[in-house]
Formats: sequence, structure tokens, C-alpha cells
Amino acid sequence: MSATDYAVRAEGLRKRYAEKKTAGGGAYKLALDGFDLAVRAGTVHGLLGPNGAGKTTAVRALATLLRFDGGRAEVAGVDVARDPRLVRRRIGLAGQYAAVDEVMTGRQNLEMFGRLFHLGGRRAKARAGELLERFDLVDAADKSVGAYSGGMRRRLDLAASMILAPRVLFLDEPTTGLDPRGRGEVWDAVRALVAGGTTVLLTTQYLEEADKLASRITVIDRGRAIADDTPDGLKNRVGGDRVEVVVARAADLAAAARVIARVSVTEPETDEVALRAHAQVDDRVAALTEVARTLQDEGIAVEDIGLRRPSLDDVFLRLTGHRAELEAAA
Amino acid sequence: MSTVKTEETEKRETDPNPAAPHPGDLYPAGPERRLYWALADCWNVTRRTLTHYQRQPVTIVWQLGFPIVSVLLYGFVFGEAMAVPGDGDYREFLMPGMFASTMAFGFMGTTMAVVTDSTKGVIDRFRSMPMAPSAVAAGRGVSDLLVACAELTILGVTALLIGWEAEGGAPAAAGAFGLLLLLRFSLIWVGVWLGLLVPNAEAAGGLYAVAFPLTMISSIFVAPSLMPSWLGPVAAWNPVSSTVTATRELFGQPVSGGTWIEENAVLMAVVWPLVITAVFLPLAVRRFQALSR
Ligand SMILES: Nc1ncnc2c1ncn2[C@@H]1O[C@H](COP(=O)(O)OP(=O)(O)O)[C@@H](O)[C@H]1O
Ligand SMILES: [Mg+2]
Repeated sequence: MSATDYAVRAEGLRKRYAEKKTAGGGAYKLALDGFDLAVRAGTVHGLLGPNGAGKTTAVRALATLLRFDGGRAEVAGVDVARDPRLVRRRIGLAGQYAAVDEVMTGRQNLEMFGRLFHLGGRRAKARAGELLERFDLVDAADKSVGAYSGGMRRRLDLAASMILAPRVLFLDEPTTGLDPRGRGEVWDAVRALVAGGTTVLLTTQYLEEADKLASRITVIDRGRAIADDTPDGLKNRVGGDRVEVVVARAADLAAAARVIARVSVTEPETDEVALRAHAQVDDRVAALTEVARTLQDEGIAVEDIGLRRPSLDDVFLRLTGHRAELEAAA
Repeated sequence: MSTVKTEETEKRETDPNPAAPHPGDLYPAGPERRLYWALADCWNVTRRTLTHYQRQPVTIVWQLGFPIVSVLLYGFVFGEAMAVPGDGDYREFLMPGMFASTMAFGFMGTTMAVVTDSTKGVIDRFRSMPMAPSAVAAGRGVSDLLVACAELTILGVTALLIGWEAEGGAPAAAGAFGLLLLLRFSLIWVGVWLGLLVPNAEAAGGLYAVAFPLTMISSIFVAPSLMPSWLGPVAAWNPVSSTVTATRELFGQPVSGGTWIEENAVLMAVVWPLVITAVFLPLAVRRFQALSR
């Protein structure tokens, strides 16, 4: 595979911020600490990590908004440090907050950004019309953005980052703060963009989101890429499917674990609070049937029984040894 | 037309989103083209602010509410009670002060607009686009000056309605308005710098607490010669005072305490804004560049 198959490449990116509180004291916060990334052209790549992991810093560095202190980055075939202006012609960026003008209408926003992309008045108008249609904003086109819902604002923001059909689109937590419906709307928009050939680098704290949208995921923690794999590959690292049993009485938990142990390939884990026992199995259906039958034979009252695919939450815990903080709080 | 495939033409053939314009067409090289686009970018940023006023004309009413209400309050409520050196008319004394204080407080508008754009990510979006970086602040400046012209016009009409007139002749009056706009121009850079410095709009609002005494300790409402002896010189050397004193002179209603700073008000009304610009323009540029640090 040649280097041009990649739309984004970063090698050993380093970025340190001067700590505000100790300004002058020479204290630094290392936000990127040798960060590596390779995004194949035409794909959605997820950058997954908890709050403070360095996702925004990475995206801002790649999108030319932030000078980095070390390492190399190439976006759409252009060296970011050497020719940031050329990079800006080839990328779109939707930051963590929808960066649209709230006083103006959706149409006025897109026309303004179009003119600032040097489309000229007539082409900027035409392009605004197309994008409003594409992002399903025609009905609200002439209303103030201040009156838009979170999902609509995000879609307008996406539209604004798409004016020149960028080769690479950076989306920094595009669904944070949206309700499920708004989230679905943004997901649909992203899928449509990729179908159109754009490469998308998307950061998220939502494990589910990376799983749904991305064909490859880089897990970032404390400024470093700690894993880079397909969603399934990541899940395989924590093992295959698991059989999970929730018992009705605490006294039965150990017995249930023993039943699972007969068919499982790993030592069962138990959760005394949730009264849950689970372990990884090879032959999913046979194992589930066997466990269900044995539990019934032994007269153990079961609240719930089922197969569970490992979530990316499990992956994160396995890779970093700590939980994704925001997920735990949510 | 050559048949060699350039990067852009190749992209066009394979682009699944053919309706989208292509950057290759839009950024012809060359210094004069670059200047043209820098000016075009600046105008487009200016248009944005003008669109704001067009969509929310009431904001300009609010902005003007303070000086107009002040003219009426100070002019009529305090008018008879306020002393003016040399037995002058207070309303006549007050008008140049109101013009100048409107210009001086204008920096708050710049600060608010810049801090809103920077916290809402609009400045980052501009920076991620291939537009001229200077246009972000320049466009702001042009629109602020246009708004300042509108403010001076409306204030001037109010003044004429309550019986004020420029007695120094039309050229001198034009010069006075020029000095007022020069003051406003220099304060644009203070506003941009502060807007990029303060963390959010609430903090920027707190600047009123600083700006209000700064404009009160000046010759806007009261002549420095009538202030306590320790305060008078401070007020006289306030840059806003030079503009006020100079415009009083140019409007044909001179009031001077006889000090050097007051005798050379017209000169200083040019010098002060140049000094302010020389200090704060580079600071604002540095602050803007620091966004990528
Ligand atoms: N401007 C800044 N100054 C100092 N530290 C910062 C700044 N921006 C981010 N950081 C720190 O750098 C780390 C990475 O932040 P960020 O890239 O925003 O993470 P994420 O987007 O993954 O939540 C965090 O510890 C954060 O506190
Ligand atoms: Mg972030």
C-alpha cells in the first residue's frame, strides 16, 4: 500500500500547552505525546478517547489551527507544518461547538462562508441552496439559526464545513450534547458524506458512535494512540461473545458461576451488586442452551440470561486499565 | 488546453460530489490577486456585521439609547445646575462629550463581538478556511467604523433637534468628526485585543466597570479645571479628553483650562489615537497569532 492511500498521517505528534496557572513557572501540559495516526482515504476513522485524552488537540493540530511542537503530519497529501494554507483548501472542520452565526439565517450563513471560500456571489448562493437541501434544512433556511435545534445547528455546521467538498473532514465530537434524535440526524449526514467520497476523521467519547460509523478506530489516552484496529478487531482483543446470567438470589451467584464455568473458555467474573455472572464462550448458542438447561435442572432462579457482545467500553477498560470517565458518569 | 491530467482535473473526474466547486479554480496565485482576495474577504466579514444590524435593527437602538438618554438627562435635568468654565451653555458643552463618549464606549461593542465569535468557534472556523487571516479583524474594524458613522449621524441629529449647532463652520466640523472616528479607530484594536484576551462574554461585560470611570474621569461631563486639583490633571491627560477638547474647539465652543495638554488638544487628539494604535494593533495581532499556540 502506498502512502497516497492515506488521507491523514501523523507520526509522533507532540503538543504541549503552557499551564495557565503556573505561567512563567515553566510547567507544561503534554496534550499529545508522540501521537500516531493513519487514516485511509475514503473511510470514516474514529478517534476514541475519554475527556481530556487529547482528541481536540489532535484534530486542531491536523486542521492547521494549532502549531505542534514535534512530529510530522500530512493531510490530503500536504505537509501540515509546511503549507497550512494549502491544507485549508482541502479540509473541512466542524469543531466541538457548532461554529455558525446565530443571528443570521441558515442560508445567510452558508452564503457568507461560500463567499469567504471565494466562490463569488452567484456560486455561493447556488451552493448554499444545494447544501440546505442535502442536509434537510430547506424549511428552516430563512429562519435565524438562534431558533434552530441542536441537531439542526450541527447539520448546518456540517454543511458549512462541506462547502468546497473537502477531501478530508474533521468532526470533533459531532454529537456531544445532542438528544438521540439529533444524534441520528448527524449520523445520517456523516454516512451520506462518506458515500460521496469524503474521508472523515471523527472524534467521540461515545463508544457506540465509533462502532456504528467508523471502519477503523484509534483509541487515544493521555495523548498517545494506544490501539488502532477495526471495531471487531478491538472487540476480539477482549475476547468473543460472553454468556451472562443474572440470578434472582445472591446466594445463587456462586452456583451460577460454576454452571457457566463448565462451558466457558475464561474464568467467570461475578458482580455481587448486579447479581451477574459472565464469561467468554466459544460456541455461543450451544453454550447458552447448555447453561440455561443446567440452571433449570439445579433449580436456580434466573432473572435474565443472554449472550452479550463485548462493548467498546470493555475494550477501553482492558487497554487503559481505567474506565472512560465520562461514560462512567453518564 | 493540455491533456495532461492535473491533480484537480483528476479529482473532478472521480469526484462523487461534482456539484461542489473546486478549490483549484478559486485561488489564482500572484500578489495582486492575493490583495484582491484579502479586500474581498474583509468586505465579506464586514457584510456579516451589517447583516446582523439589518436582522436586529433594535441592537443599534440599544447602542444609541445610552448616549441619547444621556444627552436628554444631562442636558435638561442637570443642564441648569452644571457649571461650565466661562459661563458657557452646558448643553453646548455636553454634545462634544457625548460624541466622544459614544466613540469611547464603542470598544465594548468590538470586544463583545470578538469574544462571542471566539467562544462560539466562529473565529476558529475562519482560521480553518483559506481566507486572508487579516480579514477577520479588518472586517470587524470596517463594520465598526461604519456603525460609528451611523451613531454620530443619529447623535448629531438629536443634538440639532435640541438646539445645538456647530459654530466653527463646516470644514472644522468635518475635522471634528474625523477626530472622533480616529479615536474610534484606535479603540478597535483595544477591543479586538480584549476580545481575544477575556475568557467569555460575561467577563467582557465586567469591563464596563473599568470603562465607566475611565470615561467619567475626563472632560466629557465636567471640565478638568473644575475638578479637585489632584483629579484635574488625570482627567486632562485622559486620551478621550483630548478628543473632547479638540472637538469643542472645532465646533467653535472652546473650553480650555490653559494647561499645555488642553492648549494642544487638536494635536493630541491625533497623537493619542496613533499611540493607542501603535500599542494595541501589534498586541491584537500577537494575540491572534497566539491562538495557534
Ligand atoms: N489551551 C489549553 N491550555 C492548557 N491545557 C490545555 C489546553 N487545551 C487542552 N488542554 C489540556 O490538554 C489535554 C487534552 O485536551 P483535549 O485535546 O481538549 O482533550 P479531549 O478533546 O480529548 O477532551 C487536557 O488535559 C486538557 O486539559
Ligand atoms: Mg475535546
